[in-house]
Amino acid sequence: MAYPKLLPARLVATFVLAVATFAPSPAFAGPTLDKIRERGAVKVGVGTQPGFFSPDSSGRWQGFFVDIGRALAIAVFNDPDKVEFVSASPQQRLPALQSGEFDILLSGVTETITRALQLGFHFGPVVFYDGQGLLVPKKLGVTSGKDLDGATVCIQTGTTGELNISDFFRANKIAFKPVAIEDTREFIKAFEAGRCDVMTQDASDLGLKRALLKTPEDYVLLPERISKEPLAPAIRWGDDRWLEIVNWTVYALIQSEELGITSQNVDEKLASPDPSIRRFLGVDPSLGAATQLDPKFAYAIVKALGNYGEIFERNVGPATKIGFERGLNRPWTAGGLLYAPPFR
Amino acid sequence: MSRTADAGRRLWAGLFGTWGNTAITLVALAALAWALPPMLRWMVLDATWAGGPEACAARDGACWAFIAAKLRFILFGFYPFAEQWRAAGALALVLLMLGVSAWPRVWSAKLLVAWIAALAVACLLLRGWPGVAAVETSRWGGLPLSLLMSIGALGGAFPLAIALALGRRSELPVVRWLCLGFIELARGVPLIAVLYAATLVLPLALPPGVSFDTLLSVQIAITLFFSAYLAEIIRAGLQSIPDSQFEATAALGFGPWQALRLVILPQALRAVAPALVTLAIGVLQSTSLVAAVGIFDLLNAARAAASDPAWLGFYDEAFVFAGAVYFALCFAASRYSLWLERRRN
Repeated sequence: MAYPKLLPARLVATFVLAVATFAPSPAFAGPTLDKIRERGAVKVGVGTQPGFFSPDSSGRWQGFFVDIGRALAIAVFNDPDKVEFVSASPQQRLPALQSGEFDILLSGVTETITRALQLGFHFGPVVFYDGQGLLVPKKLGVTSGKDLDGATVCIQTGTTGELNISDFFRANKIAFKPVAIEDTREFIKAFEAGRCDVMTQDASDLGLKRALLKTPEDYVLLPERISKEPLAPAIRWGDDRWLEIVNWTVYALIQSEELGITSQNVDEKLASPDPSIRRFLGVDPSLGAATQLDPKFAYAIVKALGNYGEIFERNVGPATKIGFERGLNRPWTAGGLLYAPPFR
Repeated sequence: MSRTADAGRRLWAGLFGTWGNTAITLVALAALAWALPPMLRWMVLDATWAGGPEACAARDGACWAFIAAKLRFILFGFYPFAEQWRAAGALALVLLMLGVSAWPRVWSAKLLVAWIAALAVACLLLRGWPGVAAVETSRWGGLPLSLLMSIGALGGAFPLAIALALGRRSELPVVRWLCLGFIELARGVPLIAVLYAATLVLPLALPPGVSFDTLLSVQIAITLFFSAYLAEIIRAGLQSIPDSQFEATAALGFGPWQALRLVILPQALRAVAPALVTLAIGVLQSTSLVAAVGIFDLLNAARAAASDPAWLGFYDEAFVFAGAVYFALCFAASRYSLWLERRRN
């Protein structure tokens, strides 16, 4: 054998050199907000789900969570386009946030105690109260999950939905027959073919499934939710000011709806004599000076994107194909859970 | 005339010559009769070729208008819309190079240099240069990305694979065991696990504040992964070269490196060229797994295109289109491999 005795060292060296050229360079050390200012854009982790985050035909991100990301860009830069959306799959989104790949995760993460204290994430205000829902054909004539005695229930396997639904029926002492289906398409086909009376999953997902059915208008999402899925923006620990900017950006969206300020009437409201509206919109600039935010950040957000209600209706509301009812996602003054602390 | 008749007779004999052949022919015809008409109806007769989502909703067939509306997104992903001429340029350059390289007469060291230059230009086109908008790698996507990742993986894996193949046959046990260990480890884990490790574990292992480009770490992971497979193919090629050739080169006064570069490797690689093409097809198809780590290659971009609420639910069309593009590329590659083999014999 006359093969060379050693590894072809020159080839290896070339490869190692090529790798070393791209070796990690230390990013700017310091809090997230400094990094955002230096970069000139907020980096937002998102998923892909119609109505919540999806690209339009020109590749521009749109959707409910996307608009909240744009609101943050307005709060920091007064420009809804100074934001980069980074797609993250459900498995990698939390580690990616932890490793600093984006500044905030707005991909519909449920706030839980383990994610807060074990994994070490801060959550901003809940922006979307989701929960497992029940989709039924209208012809069944039921108005509550408790009427579903003996029903056949379609569940997508491998989700916590399986556990929630059996807990729900057991707690209510109702008999039911589960049908577990893995594939989304098959799930829809089984439901259309009448193989099951009920389809159960996170309500936001069910809205979409309903839209994919041949005759969506023949089905109705029951009002009750059998699990709690509060979706909130997540950030890393150690960025106090960034957390507060996230908090108050969301509160500004909620507060503007409560005050009746919309993208249509925001300019008229500037002339309002109401001191709380004047403070909120920055006509009275004292809040801006005190908080070191642009005094008109709330005005700019509402002007560009609308209030919480407008963002909701535009992306996922009953008029859209997602067809999601406001439910808990209404201001507290209208019987919902959205409640912003005072802007003063 | 007689030759046509002869061919016709042979075809008849092949289809209906025996009872067995007749049965197989009839079953195949029945399967086609069962599958083709609905497919034809969906794909052509009932299809909508132009218009908006409302036009598609009114008909039962495929909605090719969706593909027309989403073509640029599917092909280029999130690459900035106004700058997509650059992505198109990179795609054209890579396709051109692939076309030129298919011609065995141009295989030389110059071609290698041309490829490195072409890849550098393609990356520069995508990334941007002073004077045009810089586009971060996180926004690269679609077909140019799928092709560049595949070619980058194969090209980068080549030197490493040759090293591994030689190292595996080395007389030094440490080198041999290291190479063997790497090859078996890489071939023993699924690519998806390697991708997760590269994008999830690596950032956690780095000191805080240090970040590593996701696309680059994915590219390195794919390259390392396929270098193991490539190494085994190259080893097969090396084994096909008789030892006497080495003795002959030694007698002519060649050093071992010279012999390897000028005599052994050219023959070894030529011997395994069809296997290399097969691996290339496998690499191209495997790049679609990067969707799992949030990269919008062709397939993932097609899927994301169907999540636009304005065009909700045209997943079938999106996947059929992406499948057609993959099929065109892979079919061309496999026919090419056949041609290469026939030409060699």
